[in-house]
Amino acid sequence: MANKRPFTDILAESMPKLVLAPSFLIVMVCVYGYILWTIALSFTKSRMLPQWKFVGFDQYSKLFNNDRWSVSSENLIVFGGLFILICLALGIFMAILLDQKIRQEGFLRTIYLYPMAISFIVTGTAWKWLLNPSIGIENVVRDWGFTDFTFDWLVNSEMVVFCLVIAAVWQSSGFVMALFLAGLRGVDSEMIKAAQLDGASMSTIYRRIILPSLKPVFFSAFVILSHIAIKSFDLVTALTGGGPGYSSDLPANFMYSYAFTRSQMGLGAASGVIMLGGVLAILIPYLYSELRNKEAR
Amino acid sequence: MSSHSLNNQQRSFVQKLLRVALYTILIFMAAVYLLPLFVMVLNSLKDMEEIRSGNLLALPQDPSFAAWAKAWGSACTGSTCEGIAPFFANSFKIVIPAVIISTLLGALNGYVLSMWRFRGSELFFGLLLFGCFIPFQVILIPMAMTLGWLGLASSASGLILVHVIYGIAFTTLFFRNYYIALPRELISAAKIDGAGFFLIFWRIVLPLSPPIIVVTVIWQFTQVWNDFLFGVVFSGVDNLPITVALNNLVNTSFGGKEYNVDMAAALLAALPTILVYIFAGKYFVRGLSAGAVKGA
Amino acid sequence: MNKTKAAIAGLALAVSTVVAQAGEVEVLHYWTSGGEAKSVGVLKDLLTKEGHSWKDFAVAGGAGEAAMTVLKSRAVSGNPPAAAQMKGLDIQEWADLGFLANLDGVAKKAGWDDLLPKVVSDIMKYENEYVAVPVNVHRVNWLWANPAAFEKAGVKVPTTWAEMIASGPKLKAAGIIPLAHGGQAWQDATLFEAVALGMGGSEFYNKAFVKHDDATLRSPKMVEIFKTFKQTRDLIDADSPGRDWNIATSMVINGKAAMQIMGDWAKGEFTAAGKEPGKDFVCAPAPQTEHQYTFNIDSFALFNLKSKDAVEAQETLARLIMEPKFQETFNLNKGSIPVRQGMDETPFDSCAKASMASFSSTAKSGDLVPSFAHGMATTSSAAGAISDVVTNFFNSDQSAEEAVTKLANSVKASL
Repeated sequence: MANKRPFTDILAESMPKLVLAPSFLIVMVCVYGYILWTIALSFTKSRMLPQWKFVGFDQYSKLFNNDRWSVSSENLIVFGGLFILICLALGIFMAILLDQKIRQEGFLRTIYLYPMAISFIVTGTAWKWLLNPSIGIENVVRDWGFTDFTFDWLVNSEMVVFCLVIAAVWQSSGFVMALFLAGLRGVDSEMIKAAQLDGASMSTIYRRIILPSLKPVFFSAFVILSHIAIKSFDLVTALTGGGPGYSSDLPANFMYSYAFTRSQMGLGAASGVIMLGGVLAILIPYLYSELRNKEAR
Repeated sequence: MSSHSLNNQQRSFVQKLLRVALYTILIFMAAVYLLPLFVMVLNSLKDMEEIRSGNLLALPQDPSFAAWAKAWGSACTGSTCEGIAPFFANSFKIVIPAVIISTLLGALNGYVLSMWRFRGSELFFGLLLFGCFIPFQVILIPMAMTLGWLGLASSASGLILVHVIYGIAFTTLFFRNYYIALPRELISAAKIDGAGFFLIFWRIVLPLSPPIIVVTVIWQFTQVWNDFLFGVVFSGVDNLPITVALNNLVNTSFGGKEYNVDMAAALLAALPTILVYIFAGKYFVRGLSAGAVKGA
Repeated sequence: MNKTKAAIAGLALAVSTVVAQAGEVEVLHYWTSGGEAKSVGVLKDLLTKEGHSWKDFAVAGGAGEAAMTVLKSRAVSGNPPAAAQMKGLDIQEWADLGFLANLDGVAKKAGWDDLLPKVVSDIMKYENEYVAVPVNVHRVNWLWANPAAFEKAGVKVPTTWAEMIASGPKLKAAGIIPLAHGGQAWQDATLFEAVALGMGGSEFYNKAFVKHDDATLRSPKMVEIFKTFKQTRDLIDADSPGRDWNIATSMVINGKAAMQIMGDWAKGEFTAAGKEPGKDFVCAPAPQTEHQYTFNIDSFALFNLKSKDAVEAQETLARLIMEPKFQETFNLNKGSIPVRQGMDETPFDSCAKASMASFSSTAKSGDLVPSFAHGMATTSSAAGAISDVVTNFFNSDQSAEEAVTKLANSVKASL
C-alpha cells in the first residue's frame, strides 16, 4: 500500500475527519442552519411565504395567548409521558415473557413487531373504526351482551388524548420489546447461573442483575420513543383530525396548520422554536449525562 | 424455532399453571396487536353495501377480492385511474438508493465515531443525535429553497438526498453503538500492523457488520417507504411515491369513499414493509442483540 | 366577428402545433375521487385535443391543505406548477407576491366579465385583472332530508332554526337521530355559518365574516347565534366527533337520521345509493336561508412561466375551463353548478336547477355570500381562527358570551 510515503501519511491521518466531513456539513446546514433560519423567521410577520419584515416577539406573544397552542402542548406532555412510559413498561414485560423459551417465539415476535412497519396513513382508518363507539369495540362488546360497556374516549374531549396513546403504543411497543429482548439475550449468562447457585430467586436476579444491565437499552429506547412522540403528526391527522374541537391537537400539527394551511408562517415558526426549546430542555441534560457516563467507562 | 425442552427438575403444578398463564398472555397480546390488521383485511373483502350497514368485525358474507383488484389496477389517484400499481416502481426507485447511501454513510460515520475518535467527535455525535428531534414540518420550506438552489427541486435525486440527510442520524447511531461494542484489540492490532483506515474498515469491520446492516436497512426501508410528507413535497410529478397515491385514494374530500378499496390499497402499499419484517425480523432481533443496544 | 377570429386562432393553433412544440401544463389539484377524476379527465381530454399535454399532479387531503403545502414548497424552490387549484383569498395573496400570470387577455376575448357575477369575478381578479379562472359553484347552505323519517315522526322538514330544534324531541321519540353531523372542524363551521346566515341575514354575515367588524362580532345577535348553534348539538348523536361527512349522509340515506346540513356534494352520495331527488330525499335550503346562497367556488390560478409554449398551453387551459362544454360536463359529474351564467339547464337535476336559479337571483339581490367554512370569505388565518372558536365552543361547555369574546379577540389576532 501507498501509506509509506509522508504525503499520504497526512492524508491517512486526516482520513477520519475527511470521512465525517460530508455528514458534518449536512448536519450543520440542514439541521442547525435550518433551525437558525426558523428562529429568524419566528421574529418576522411572514404569512403565506417567508417575508423578512421583523416584528420582534409579536409572534411569541400571539402564540402564548393562543388557546389551541396551550391545549396542544399540554397534550404533548400527557401523550409523550404516557406513551414513553407504557411502551417501556410493556416492552420490557413482553420481552421478559418472550424470553422464557417460548414455542413459536419468532412467530409471536413478528406479530408484535409488524405495526412498526406500517404508517398511520394505512392504519389510521382501522383505528378510527375500532375506537368509534357506535361501530367499534364498544358496539361489539355490547353485542356480546355487556350492554353497559362504555368505551367512548374517541368522542370525549377529555379522554381523546388517551386514544392517541393507545394507537401509538400499539405501533411502537413491539419495537421496544425487540430492543429489550435483544438486550436480555446479551446479558451474561454466567452471572445469572452464579446467582442461581447462590440461591437467589428469579425476581431478585431480574431486579439486581438483568434490569441494571439493560440500562443502555433504556437509553436507546428512550431516545427513539421521545423522537417518535415529538414528531407524532400522522397519528393525529389519521385518527382524530385534532378533534373533538381541537382537543387532541399536538404541537407538530399545530405548527403545520399555522405554517402551511393558515398562512401564518411566522407564528408557525415560533411554535417550532418553542418545540425545539422544549426538546432541548428535556433531552440535553439526559443525553449529556448518559454520554458522559459512557466516556468514563 | 427455539424448541422447548423439559428440564430434569420436576415441574410442579404451579409451574405448569404459570406456563399456561404465560401463553395466554402472549396469545392475547398477539390478538390485540393483530386486531387492526384483522379489521382491515376483513373489510377489504366486503362490498360497500355491507360495510355501510354491517358490523365492522363481522365476517364478510360473500368475500371477494374485487376491492383488491380495483385498488391495484383501476382506482383513481388523480385524473388517471390506474390504481396504485404504477407507483410501486417510483417508491422503489427512491427507497433503494436512499437506503444504500444512508446505510453506507452511517457505517462510515459510526466507524469513525467509535474507532477513530478525535477531539470533537463526541460533540459531533451529540449534535447529530439532537438533529433526530427536529420536526420535519420545520424544514420543508428551507429544504425546498436549498433544493431549488442546487437545481434538484422536484426530482427523484432531490428526494433521495433529503431522505439520506435525515436518515444519517439514526444510521450513524446504530453503527456507532454496534462498533463500540466490538473488541478494541482487533483494530489496534491492525493499526500496529500498519493497516490504513479503509483497509481496516473493509477487511475487519465490515465483515463483522451484517447483523447491524440488517437492522439499519430494515429501519431505513420502513422510514423511507412510509414517508409521505417529503415524498409529496420534493419528488415532483413523475416520481410520486406510493404513499402519495394511497393518500389520494384514502383522503378524498368531497367525493364518495370506498372503504373496502381504501383498506385493500393500504394493505397493498404496506406489503413490502410487512414482508421485510416477516422475512428479516429474525435477523432484526439478532442484529440488535449482537450489539446495537449494548453501547448506547 | 368574434367567432371568425376564434376560428382563425384555432386554425392557427392547429397549424402551429405541427410546427412549434406543443406546451405542457402541469396541474396541481386535489380532485382524486372517482367522480372528480372523471370530471378532471374531461378537461384533460379537451386540452389534449388542442395539441397540448396535461401533466397530472394530484394531492388529496384536508380540502386541499396538502396540495397547498406542496405548492408553497414548489414556489420557494423556484419551480411552481403551471396551474394550481386554489380558491378564495389565497388567490389574492399569491398574486400579491407576484407569482400569478395575468389572464386578462383570455378573459377579455371570451368576455368573462359578462359571464360571471361580480361577486365571483372579484375573487378571480387582482388589481382589476383576472389571475384565476373559476370552475364551478357549490352551494353550501343545503339541508338534506329523508322525507320518510319525517313522516314517521309526524313532523315537517323545518324551515327555521326554531322549528328544527323543536322537531328534535319528536324525531328522537321515533327513534331517529334528528341531525346527522360529523364532528370535524370544517363540518362544525359549515353548520355554524348556516345558523349565522339564517339568523343574522346577509348583511350581518358579511360584516362579521368578510369585513370582520368588531362590533358585529361582539354583538348580542352573535351571542344569540352561538346559543342556537349550541342547541343544535342536542339534535346530534354523541358519536359524531371525527365522523366523515359522507358517513353522516349515509345515516340520512338509510333513515337512521332525518337531515343533514351540507354542501351540494352530498347529492352524489344519495344518487350513488340509487336515490332520487324529490322522492327519496329532499334538498331544501338550510333553515331561514331560502333567499340566500353560500357559495364555495373552485378555481385554478396559473403561475408565471418563462417558456412561450407553456404560456400558450396555460392560456388555452384557462379558456377551456370557462367554455360551456367543460362547464356542463364537469358539473354534471361533480354535483355542483356551472359558474358560467346563461347555460342550458336541461341536463341538470332538480336540486342543481334550484341551485342555479338561486345563484342568479341572489347574485342580483346581494344575498350571494362567500362561505367562510370553505375558505371563500376571508384569509385562511382569519377563517382558521373563527373555525377554532366555533369548533371548540361546539365541543365544550363554554358559554356563548365567552365564545363571542374569544371570537372577536382571535379574529383580531389573526389579521
